[in-house]
Amino acid sequence: MKTVSSIALALGALLVLAVPRVAAAETDCLSCHGDKTLQDASGHSIGVDGAKFGASIHGSLKCGDCHATIKDYPHPDQVTPVKCETCHADQAAGLVGSVHANRAEHPCTSCHGDAHSIFPKADSRSAVYPLNIPRTCGACHGNAAMAQKHGLPNVYPLYIDSIHGFALSKEGLLVAANCQSCHGSHHILSHKDPLSPTYKANIPKTCGTCHAGITENYMGGVHGKAVAAGNLNAPVCTDCHTAHAILQPTAAAFRMQSTPICGSCHKDKLSTYRDTFHSQLGSLGGYVETARCWDCHGAHDVLPASDPRSPIAKENLVTTCGRCHAGANASFVQYQPHANARNRKLNPALYFVRLFMNLLLAGTLGFFMIHTILWLIRSRYDQIKRKAAGGGKNA
Amino acid sequence: MPDQEPKVAESSEKRPTGERYFMRFTRAQRYLHAALFTSFLGLAGTGLPLRFSESIWARGLAKGVGGFGAILFFHKFCAIVLTVAFLIHVKDLFTRAVMHHEKGIFWGKTSMVANWKDVKDLFGHLRWFLGLGPKPQFERYAYWEKFDYWAVFWGMVVIGFSGYAMWFAPFFAHFLPGWALNAVLVIHSEEGLLAILFIFSIHFVNTHLRPDSFPMDMVIFTGVESEEEFKHKRTQEYERLKAQGKLESRIAEAAPVWLLNFSKVVGFTAIFIGLLLLVLTLTAYFGS
Repeated sequence: MKTVSSIALALGALLVLAVPRVAAAETDCLSCHGDKTLQDASGHSIGVDGAKFGASIHGSLKCGDCHATIKDYPHPDQVTPVKCETCHADQAAGLVGSVHANRAEHPCTSCHGDAHSIFPKADSRSAVYPLNIPRTCGACHGNAAMAQKHGLPNVYPLYIDSIHGFALSKEGLLVAANCQSCHGSHHILSHKDPLSPTYKANIPKTCGTCHAGITENYMGGVHGKAVAAGNLNAPVCTDCHTAHAILQPTAAAFRMQSTPICGSCHKDKLSTYRDTFHSQLGSLGGYVETARCWDCHGAHDVLPASDPRSPIAKENLVTTCGRCHAGANASFVQYQPHANARNRKLNPALYFVRLFMNLLLAGTLGFFMIHTILWLIRSRYDQIKRKAAGGGKNA
Repeated sequence: MPDQEPKVAESSEKRPTGERYFMRFTRAQRYLHAALFTSFLGLAGTGLPLRFSESIWARGLAKGVGGFGAILFFHKFCAIVLTVAFLIHVKDLFTRAVMHHEKGIFWGKTSMVANWKDVKDLFGHLRWFLGLGPKPQFERYAYWEKFDYWAVFWGMVVIGFSGYAMWFAPFFAHFLPGWALNAVLVIHSEEGLLAILFIFSIHFVNTHLRPDSFPMDMVIFTGVESEEEFKHKRTQEYERLKAQGKLESRIAEAAPVWLLNFSKVVGFTAIFIGLLLLVLTLTAYFGS
């Protein structure tokens, strides 16, 4: 008896605690809409989980606060859609002019989830909780068909396998960049819009919100200065690191993919780099230590050789080369990592060495090729003649 | 050439054909050739992926052996083997020339050094190719064999030096000018390419695949060749030995069947790898 009564008491206490909030959300409405299977004429669910709603951020509101057009019971079959902007005016204003401005296509609930169970963004149950944002955005932006229809890259898989995605999904790092860290939330603009945080000129500042030190370095380098001066051909963070599929820069995959990125602008430098041992070694997988562009030039604060702070300034070469080549000396650093053996004016010695080697190769092979072919024909002819005469192989 | 015991000659007569066999290469020379071609195949197989590192097969090959780290290791390993073989050969030459005062090394009919006869043979051979003259008769080493030898000799010095200069670049930088560090790669890769193309096309055909030796000249593996072959290929040497009465001293036992079979497997494998590398080189060269 004693246990039963204590259970009853506990249940009673629970009811007392829970009931007032549900009651506040109006038991009248829930007498019908409490049926979770309830559907309207077009088949949409119009059932509401009273308990869940009570716990949500809007739990203290009455149904009529949002469904303002419903005054009496019974109410008409067709009701006016809820206007969130009645309370959330700032957010609604933000949406105007954004890529999600079309309210029919992008109702608030498309990001915030079920209207009756919206939680504060700091609550892990919220669809816009930092760790949930990629999945929320990915519902559309991870859909290949949708991406194709709007001419957008299918970014979710790229992001989720990136260094940011891993930090977020594997380590639950709240400060890891999620979609809205770079794109914003309500006033999301196309990267073509100069006001967008993802507009090329604004990217250093956007990434700099977290990567402040790197951005400062970058702004001091030739690329940063060029971008600041309005030259949008110069690379910003995303040109080298990509926007979504960002890799750990020390990762083999990044070291393998990065050189062609620099080379997409510095074509002549890439071509001469390709001729060197650094590139030949580096092109083959599994040996990623060989010098890539930024190992010598610096990554963010790239400076011309004429700047004494540059790692490729004459006075710093022994140190720079010495990072890999123990024992590098003044003579060693005269090596030209971008020598062009095809350019007689720039590298005359190398040009003539190459010319000599090519002539030697062509001459030797050319002569012996003719020699061997003639020999083959002649000895085959002789052999057939000998065989016809009844002799042996070597007779 | 070491003198052969008479019993060797007797045993060769056991062959049903009754064919006599003659010694051409000593065991040491055959081992040297074996060390040379195995390390050369290794160097070619690991060097080509570097030379053509942009091509797909190079990356596939590098991946197959464990990436470039492994390729570099094999390349350096083979380089050391070849260097040791080269040094043993040079030491052998030195001993024979200086210690034993063997004059035939540098001049004379059995020397590797080119002489006036080689020049005449080359032009005579070319005339014969075109049906303009008789076929020249060759001595112990024909002019193309001497060329092969010196090409390899020069190649090893040039490729070896440039290779070590890259391997120990900071050390070599003490006495080489800066531009030389750029030049050694060009030299190494061009000379290496020449060696590969030459060995896998010209040497293969001249020595092994030409109708007189097709499909493979076994003498470098077994050390011996039949009298018929000897007479046909090196008529002058044969006649000279016969006139000097030294022919009998060169008679040797026919190669045992196991050695013949083993040599065929090794030789054909080497030729197959070589031709494969040749095809890959040509595709990469003309594909790029």
